[in-house]
Amino acid sequence: MLNLIVISITAILIENFVLVKFYGCCPFLGVSTKSSTAVGMGMAVVFTMTLTSALTWPLYWYVLEPLGLEYLQTIAFIVVIAALVQIIEMFLQKSIPALYSALGIYLPLITTNCAVLGVALLNITKEYNFIESVVYGFSAGVGFLLAIYLLSVVRERMSYADIPKPFRGFPIALIAAALLSISFMGFQGLKLPF
Amino acid sequence: MDFLNILITVLVMAALALVLGFALSFASKVFHVKKDPRLEQIVECLPGANCGGCGYAGCGDYAEKIISEGAPVNKCPVGAAKAAAEIAKIMGVENAGETVRMRAQVMCSGTNSLANRKYNYLGIDDCLSVAKLGNGPKECAHGCIGLGTCVKVCNFDAIKVERGVAVVEYEKCVACGMCVNSCPQHLIRLIPFDADVWVGCNSHDKGPVVRSLCKVGCIGCGLCTKVCPTDAISVNEGVASIDYTKCINCGACVEKCPRKIIWSGKKQIKNGDTIENDAVPNESIEKEPRRVKKAEPEEKEF
Repeated sequence: MLNLIVISITAILIENFVLVKFYGCCPFLGVSTKSSTAVGMGMAVVFTMTLTSALTWPLYWYVLEPLGLEYLQTIAFIVVIAALVQIIEMFLQKSIPALYSALGIYLPLITTNCAVLGVALLNITKEYNFIESVVYGFSAGVGFLLAIYLLSVVRERMSYADIPKPFRGFPIALIAAALLSISFMGFQGLKLPF
Repeated sequence: MDFLNILITVLVMAALALVLGFALSFASKVFHVKKDPRLEQIVECLPGANCGGCGYAGCGDYAEKIISEGAPVNKCPVGAAKAAAEIAKIMGVENAGETVRMRAQVMCSGTNSLANRKYNYLGIDDCLSVAKLGNGPKECAHGCIGLGTCVKVCNFDAIKVERGVAVVEYEKCVACGMCVNSCPQHLIRLIPFDADVWVGCNSHDKGPVVRSLCKVGCIGCGLCTKVCPTDAISVNEGVASIDYTKCINCGACVEKCPRKIIWSGKKQIKNGDTIENDAVPNESIEKEPRRVKKAEPEEKEF
C-alpha cells in the first residue's frame, strides 16, 4: 500500500509528466486557454492513461515477453491505444452521452499522445506489477490534469493583463509554462518519509 | 530460424490487429447511436460562429434543439432570414416566422473631450474591474468606461473603442448580444437595424448634475416626448428612451433636442447640416409624419 502511495506521489509531483518529463506538451499548450476545456482534456487523459496501463501490461507480459518480441512494444501499444480510445468513444456516446459531450474532441485527440504511450512504456521499464501499473497510469494522468489546470488558470488571468505586444499569446504562455516547470523542479528534493 | 522469427512477429501483429478489429466492429454494432440526418444539414445552414446569440450553447446545440425539442427555426441572428428559411425547408415548417434584423447600439456619447474625468486608471485592462472603482474613471457613473470588454467578447470584430467610447460598426454587427451582456454599465442595447434615431445617453442623474459631469448627456427635459408625433419617447429615471415599435424615424426629436443627444444615422453622415434644411413644420408632422432624412433633394431649394 505504501508502495502505491509513493508511486502516485512520484508520478503527480516529483516526476510530473508534463512539467518534469516534458511529455504531452502539445495538448498542454494547445488546450490550456480556458480552465473548463483544460479540465475536460485532463479528465480524458486520466481516463485513457488508466485504461491503457491496464491493457498494455498483460499484452506485454503475457504475449510479447514470452515470445521474445519485446522490440514490438511501441508499435503494439500504439495500435492498442488507438483501438481502445475508439471503443471508449463509442461506448461513451451510447451509454454516457453527458460525459461524451463533455470530453468532446479531446478523446480522439489523445489517441497518439506521447504521454499516453510514455506511461505504457514506462510501466514496462520500471517493471511494475499490474496494480502498480494501473496506479502509475492513473497518477500520471492526475499529474497531467494538475499541470494543465494550473497553466490554464494562469493564462485566464493573463488574458486581463497588459502584456507587452511581442509577448502576447503563445510567447507568454511558454514563459508561464517554463516558470511552472521550474517550480515543479523544486519537488525533486522531496524525500518521502517511507 | 530467421524466417520463423519473422513469421512469428507477423502472426502476432496480425492476431493483435484481428482481435482489435473485431472488437472495434463489434463495439460499433453494440454502441451504435442513431443520428438524425437532418442534424448535419441544419448545422450546415447555420453560420458556425458559435456566438450563442440564439440562446443555445453554439450552433451544434441549437441544431440539436431544433430537432429534439422543436425550437423555433428563426433564432439565429447571424444567418437571419436566409438561414431561417433554409432550416424551415429542412424541417418542413411552412412559416419561418419574422426575423427583424437588430444591431447593438452604445448608449453613451461622452468621448474623452466631452465627459469629465475623476481619475486616471492604470491597472487590469478590463471594464469589469474598473467598474468596481466608483463606476469608472469618468465623473458620470453611467458612462462608457472605454477599456473594451465588449471589444474582447465580440466574435465578429464589430465593435471598437474610439476616443474613450465604444462604437459599433453596424454592417458587421449580428446582434448576438455578447457585448450587451458583458458591459458592466449596461449601456449597450439591441435596437432594430433600421432604427435611425437613438438616445446616446444612459445617465439617470438629474439635469443639473448631468450638465456638470458631461458636455453632452440627456437632462430629461422631455421636449422630445412633446414633439414626437407617435408618442414613442418617454422619459424614465431622467433619461429619454425610444419605443421602437412606435418610432417612425421621423427625426422630429433629433431637431428638437437642446442637448443634441438624440442621434440619427443621417445626422452623422451629413454632419448635421441637412437637418435644419429639412425641418418640417409641426402641423404637417401631426397630419402626415414625414421622414426628415428621406426628404427629396429638390425640397432643399426652398
